Amino acid sequence: MSMLIFYILAIVAVVSALMVVTLRNVFHSALFLVLTLFSVAGIYVLLEAEFLAAVQVLIYVGAITILMIFAIMLTYQITSKSIRQVNEQVIPAVIIVLVFFVLSLVTLIKTSWPVSNKSLPGNNTFEIGRQLLSTYVIPFEVVSIVLLIALIGAIIISRQDGPSRPGQEDR
Amino acid sequence: MMSELTLLHFLILAAVLFALGIFGLLTRRNAIGILMSIELMFNGAAINFVAFARYVAPQEIAGQVFTIFIITIAAAEAAVGLAIVILIYRNFKGIEVDKINFMKW
Repeated sequence: MSMLIFYILAIVAVVSALMVVTLRNVFHSALFLVLTLFSVAGIYVLLEAEFLAAVQVLIYVGAITILMIFAIMLTYQITSKSIRQVNEQVIPAVIIVLVFFVLSLVTLIKTSWPVSNKSLPGNNTFEIGRQLLSTYVIPFEVVSIVLLIALIGAIIISRQDGPSRPGQEDR
Repeated sequence: MMSELTLLHFLILAAVLFALGIFGLLTRRNAIGILMSIELMFNGAAINFVAFARYVAPQEIAGQVFTIFIITIAAAEAAVGLAIVILIYRNFKGIEVDKINFMKW
């Protein structure tokens, strides 16, 4: 049963990821990206990471793709579909990607993974929170500062005029 | 076909998503398309982390904690990247990356 669900989710994710990278209309690509991210959230549920599935839906689907759709609306003429979307590197890119994929496939199959037959702690979310504030407290604080700086930087970069000087009034 | 879900299934799915992300990164002309491909690659890496957390080291769920860090960094990257895209659009009236070469000697 979980096998069937895995294959459905995997096929949806891969096909819509293919659409994301090949469609001519960037807006449609963004919508297919939403579908891919949803199926990845389903994959997380299959891997017993319910909290991460919720985070994936909230942050990726709810925030990042909406941000991208906003940027597309602000910058790109959706009606003009005649704009060429791919550059002239398609054939080298296909070769590179195939070589990369075959190599990683061979490596993944040939490696014997140290699979343990224990199971995840039952209260997964509780355990994540405990680890974030004990073992990983320094990375947690650092990543918070990184996020804060990135958001301030985004605001400063996308401001219309440079920083307003004293004595110069905004209307 | 194997009858049971194994670690390998998830790793291959992650590799496929990562490879498609690389393909988009190499071929897209639109800067927003490139950012979307980067999100695909982030997702491939995150699936790897969660799969290893489930199958290799389930007692210490470090993989899931690191996936949270990945998602945070992806959010920061998307915010800064889209701000840069909008600024480029304002100055160049287009976001085709092969036209933005004013830093090239």
